Amino acid sequence: MLDPFLKIDGLSKTFGNTKALDNVSLDINKSELFSLLGSSGCGKSTLLRIIAGFEKPDSGKIYLDGQDITTLPPYLRPLNIMFQNYALFPHLNVKKNIEFGLKEEDLDKKEIDQRVNEITTLLELTGLESRKINEISGGQQQRVALARCLVKKPKLLLLDEPLAALDKKLRVQTQFELVNLQYKLGITFIIVTHDQEEAMSLSDRMAIMKEGNILQIGNPVEIYEKPSDKYVANFIGTANLFNLNLIDQKLIIKELNLEISNNSSKNKKLCLIRPEKIKIQKLENQNTQNQCIGVIKEVAYLGSYTKYLIESNGFNFYAFMQNEEVSRNLKIKWDDKVICTWSEDSIFFFDD
Amino acid sequence: MTNFLKKQNFWFVFTPYFWLVLFFFIPLALIFKISISVSEWGMPPYRDMFAFSEEGLSINVTLSNYLFIFSDSFYLRSYLNSLNLALTSTLICLLIGYPIAFYVAKSKENIRNLLLILLIIPFWTSFLLRVYAWKVILQGSGVINTILIKFGIIDQPLSMLHNHYAVILGVVYTYLPFMILPLYGYLVKFDLNLIDASSDLGAKPFKTFIKVIIPLSLPGIMAGSMLVFIPVVGEFVIPELLGGSDKLYFGKIIWDEFFVNRDWPIASALAMSGIFILVVPIIIFQLMYAKYHFKNE
Repeated sequence: MLDPFLKIDGLSKTFGNTKALDNVSLDINKSELFSLLGSSGCGKSTLLRIIAGFEKPDSGKIYLDGQDITTLPPYLRPLNIMFQNYALFPHLNVKKNIEFGLKEEDLDKKEIDQRVNEITTLLELTGLESRKINEISGGQQQRVALARCLVKKPKLLLLDEPLAALDKKLRVQTQFELVNLQYKLGITFIIVTHDQEEAMSLSDRMAIMKEGNILQIGNPVEIYEKPSDKYVANFIGTANLFNLNLIDQKLIIKELNLEISNNSSKNKKLCLIRPEKIKIQKLENQNTQNQCIGVIKEVAYLGSYTKYLIESNGFNFYAFMQNEEVSRNLKIKWDDKVICTWSEDSIFFFDD
Repeated sequence: MTNFLKKQNFWFVFTPYFWLVLFFFIPLALIFKISISVSEWGMPPYRDMFAFSEEGLSINVTLSNYLFIFSDSFYLRSYLNSLNLALTSTLICLLIGYPIAFYVAKSKENIRNLLLILLIIPFWTSFLLRVYAWKVILQGSGVINTILIKFGIIDQPLSMLHNHYAVILGVVYTYLPFMILPLYGYLVKFDLNLIDASSDLGAKPFKTFIKVIIPLSLPGIMAGSMLVFIPVVGEFVIPELLGGSDKLYFGKIIWDEFFVNRDWPIASALAMSGIFILVVPIIIFQLMYAKYHFKNE
């Protein structure tokens, strides 16, 4: 089997009394767009800084493209990092910022100019070359920061919260641009973010981190549909978590006092039903399985879909409904009694 | 209400100007007036500028004081000595002060405050006393010589006092905080990510220092250098206490003309010349400074 492009092997790092990284291992493939996702203080930024070479790990190794880079100083690593605040040099203009890294490579002026030209064209920065950094917009600064890294043709590009400083509309647009750019150039990207939507929409694969550990690695679908534990399920999207009881060989959802007709999952203790998988109707006719009767406690219209908070058997859970359906279900409002149904295969059972 | 605010603004803006006029321009004008007066015995030791006599009004104005000090190379040499002293000690202050300022600026906040207090504490002791202390340390029977002789490193006490180097030592010691504090002010705002970014882009630490850290702390370097350079050119006390007869300094010459020779016009002409020669670099500095800020803000 081929070695992974970036192999992180048992990295640990302690700051004072806090374990920032606890024996973290991770394999990233060539040309992959990989996200490190977690709330603040989960160790994702520390991991990024160790890969970049700004921090030394207490133990563990990093291999990039077969080469052990654990002890290399940052200026010898064939990778680049884009900082959250971009860290553009305020005393240099756009062009000088972009060619800064090339000048350290002993290239002749012709090649430097050519490569700077290529990248400014690619990132639509043409015409801004002689501007100072404070004379261009936030979006342009982000592209200059990107250009400054990409012009060096790194094997690996690290991006620390690349979109955090942009406003929401620009952020969505830039997300797509970033994915396109990565696809076009084939450079391996590692993105650190705390924004789960951003991670879901950008990544080929992602790792969910908590307290210096990686909880789960997988593609967005795996992580959303089959989270490794409660924390991941809650961190990504909205999660209805139910405890399970086995009574008389029947699997019961404890909170709803509802039987599940699933024979293969009898030893499971916890299950997840995502809110968009719950169908709700006004209480008229009644089926038998995978359904419960509840009362609408809250309705939140969010444009493309509507959020319902439903109470059943004293327990609250969410159901989302696309508004194509809401228009047909407009009659559902506060304090309505509804019948909730879901298909058998939309229940995810956690391993213990 | 707006009138009231305007009135407040007026005082707010113009108080410093009144201060400047009262305590800077008026005294300066007086010195200038004396510098173009004719010297004579008496009190004050110069002739009134306007005198009425039977022949009518006579105006006693002369440039001879200026002509005299520029024709005697003695004054020029003392001025060059002072410039030399100021340049050397500014450079040494910069070389010592920069790493200290950098270290203080990048320390953790609680340590940083402690270090800043340590920098400022010497000001609580009289400046004169601190310079005098160096005399005690450096003199023939001083601390250094006593120790060196005790350990048998030297037989005869070294003569470390009353020369140009003792003056430089005293000046650097006294003015170092004036270099460190403005440098610190700029370096504390310095984004450490810029150093990481430079390193990440392939620049070795020395290149990062030259290409990123120095250019971005240039205003601090300029401000600190001016704060050391300008007062040292006119410094009188340190050369008087620690200096010898090998070199004469400008401040000492002005003092002697004023209080020993009682030739106020010559002393004033010297002071005015000193100011004009210094005004040129200050204006250059101000222009550079303004240009830098205009570009970056």
